[in-house]
Amino acid sequence: MVRQLIRSLGRSAFALTVLGSSAAFAAGAAEVSGKSDINYEAIGMFLAFVLMTLGITKWAAGRTKSASDFYAAGGGITGFQNGLAIAGDYMSAASFLGISGLVFANGYDGLIYSVGWLVGWPVILFLIAERLRNLGKFTFADVAAFRLDATRIRILSATGTLVVVAFYLIAQMVGAGKLIQLLFGLEYLHAVVIVGCLMIVYVAFGGMVATTWVQIIKACLLLGGASFMAFMVLAKFGFSPEAMFKRATEIHPKGLAIMAPGALIKDPISTISLGLALMFGTAGLPHILMRFFTVSDAKEARKSVFYATGFIGYFYILTFIIGFGAITLLLQDPAFFKAGAVIGANGSYSPADMIGTGNMSAIHLSKAVGGSWFLGFISAVAFATILAVVAGLTLAGATAISHDLYASVIAKGHTNEEREVNISKASAVVIGIIAIGLGYMFEKINVAFMVGLAFAVAASCNFPVLAMSTFWRGTTTTGALIGGFLGLISSATLVVLSPGVWEATLGYPKGSALFPYDNPALFSMSIAFFGIWLFSVLDGSERAQKERAAFDAQYVRSETGIGASGAVSH
Amino acid sequence: MSLEKDALTARVKADPKFQELVRKRTFFAWTLALMMVAIYFGFVLTIAFNKQILGQSLAGGVTTVGIPVGLGVIISAFVLTGIYVVRANSGFDELTKQIVEKAKL
Repeated sequence: MVRQLIRSLGRSAFALTVLGSSAAFAAGAAEVSGKSDINYEAIGMFLAFVLMTLGITKWAAGRTKSASDFYAAGGGITGFQNGLAIAGDYMSAASFLGISGLVFANGYDGLIYSVGWLVGWPVILFLIAERLRNLGKFTFADVAAFRLDATRIRILSATGTLVVVAFYLIAQMVGAGKLIQLLFGLEYLHAVVIVGCLMIVYVAFGGMVATTWVQIIKACLLLGGASFMAFMVLAKFGFSPEAMFKRATEIHPKGLAIMAPGALIKDPISTISLGLALMFGTAGLPHILMRFFTVSDAKEARKSVFYATGFIGYFYILTFIIGFGAITLLLQDPAFFKAGAVIGANGSYSPADMIGTGNMSAIHLSKAVGGSWFLGFISAVAFATILAVVAGLTLAGATAISHDLYASVIAKGHTNEEREVNISKASAVVIGIIAIGLGYMFEKINVAFMVGLAFAVAASCNFPVLAMSTFWRGTTTTGALIGGFLGLISSATLVVLSPGVWEATLGYPKGSALFPYDNPALFSMSIAFFGIWLFSVLDGSERAQKERAAFDAQYVRSETGIGASGAVSH
Repeated sequence: MSLEKDALTARVKADPKFQELVRKRTFFAWTLALMMVAIYFGFVLTIAFNKQILGQSLAGGVTTVGIPVGLGVIISAFVLTGIYVVRANSGFDELTKQIVEKAKL
């Protein structure tokens, strides 16, 4: 099956046949087990999306000639388009379904949670975006290596990138497999293979141009679909939020408690630590940072963040309304709950007893407000969302391998663009195959902590190295290298030793976790920044002197863009 | 290339306009960044220390004070980015253009 799939890569007809045969196979399986029905509307709409994106990939492949085209869409994306693409990278299926599910189960806590994911964006705009565009070419390692030793800094940055990409990708693949299994009635393994193969096709053939446009289309579909759902929910209450909230408090098992902060935020240390990870982790996510090189200059980079912040903020407001819509419209309807679920005193089911758990509330709501065709549409959009996000991650990983590791570390700059891009394409294929394998291996494991881990590593390794090398003259290669690796190791270690992984995932007894907080960022970020400072100050080498002296040139370019790589017009 | 580049760097760095740009933009950007940090951590630490404040009824109904406050944090992020973009488009870009043109001579 897998070999057959790989052979048909690049032929746009392949998705049709695979989906068709898998659907038929799963239909048989569903008849036997009777657990999930085939959702033909959803499959039809998803096929339309796949065909459209494969068409775009073909078009993008024709336009992708140079390394700049492949890694950065030739710098030809506008600020508005890039804002949509960034928002698309951020609006993953996990955030759409997870946040609306959290609102459905706990009310106000879902809003608190979503706010944390947004507030990193203004900080990126004020401190990072324009400097990044002025200094870099294709990856954030370009920026960190601007005046530091390219070989060693790129080994560090590429490691940070690949670790973040790996955890993020595993979480997405496992989530994708389970979601698609539920929505489309496909086998878990088939779902993971389809996702993996499509992302390979997008990235290897279409590079950044295809990856960006897939993301833009999906962002529009998701924002459109979510807007329609929120509109329909509000319309049922005469556009009065108070009326909607009132009904929700009447029928939710938690009553009035859903309107106030609950158990999400416990102690100040955890709160600050999570806040730091979200705020600065965003500024260290390689697939997001890479998007700043797809626009022509610092001005467009700046506009990208403005639009992205607007779209993401709007999206979170929608998910809040959708969560309350699910409470008011679904909680008393037996069609959406498991057979035998208990009805509480107020005539409602418990959110946890929903078919597919509370995380499916947005999907079920789409059926309640728009019928089975709209359910099909939202299911297809959820699938498309996963595809677009994994494609972005794969491209970021492939670029770290070809541009940072191969071109700078292995070939020491003695290579040509064509060879570098071919290595990148091959890396995308390898990453895709590994992702399919890991997705299969991790099927039965709770991977919810992996996104948190990705953010912790991004905030504790990538961000400190990027920030210190651009803001502080004194940063040296040795300092950045030691501090960066300390941040990477400490964040990963502390996550493993935290209650969320040690007790909840690895199954050790309660209270045995050596590190009491679920998020390590407060500690691991401090370690990274202190490490970079200390080992830079201690670095008295001749090389360190030169690196400090080279700060002026970097400083002038980061502030003005003089000498920055410009747009390549087509 | 290095000598020419060093001379360019030194020239731009000595340009009063460059110093003005950096001073103004650095101050402005850090002010806005600190405002965002203060708004967000103000919000979550209020919840950590005194969550009853946000659980109060807003106007006698079920809508709590927390609803407009939470939405306000989301909107403030967008507004702050908007303020920066407007100021950068009108003031900083013009200054940067002058610096870059002068540096080319």
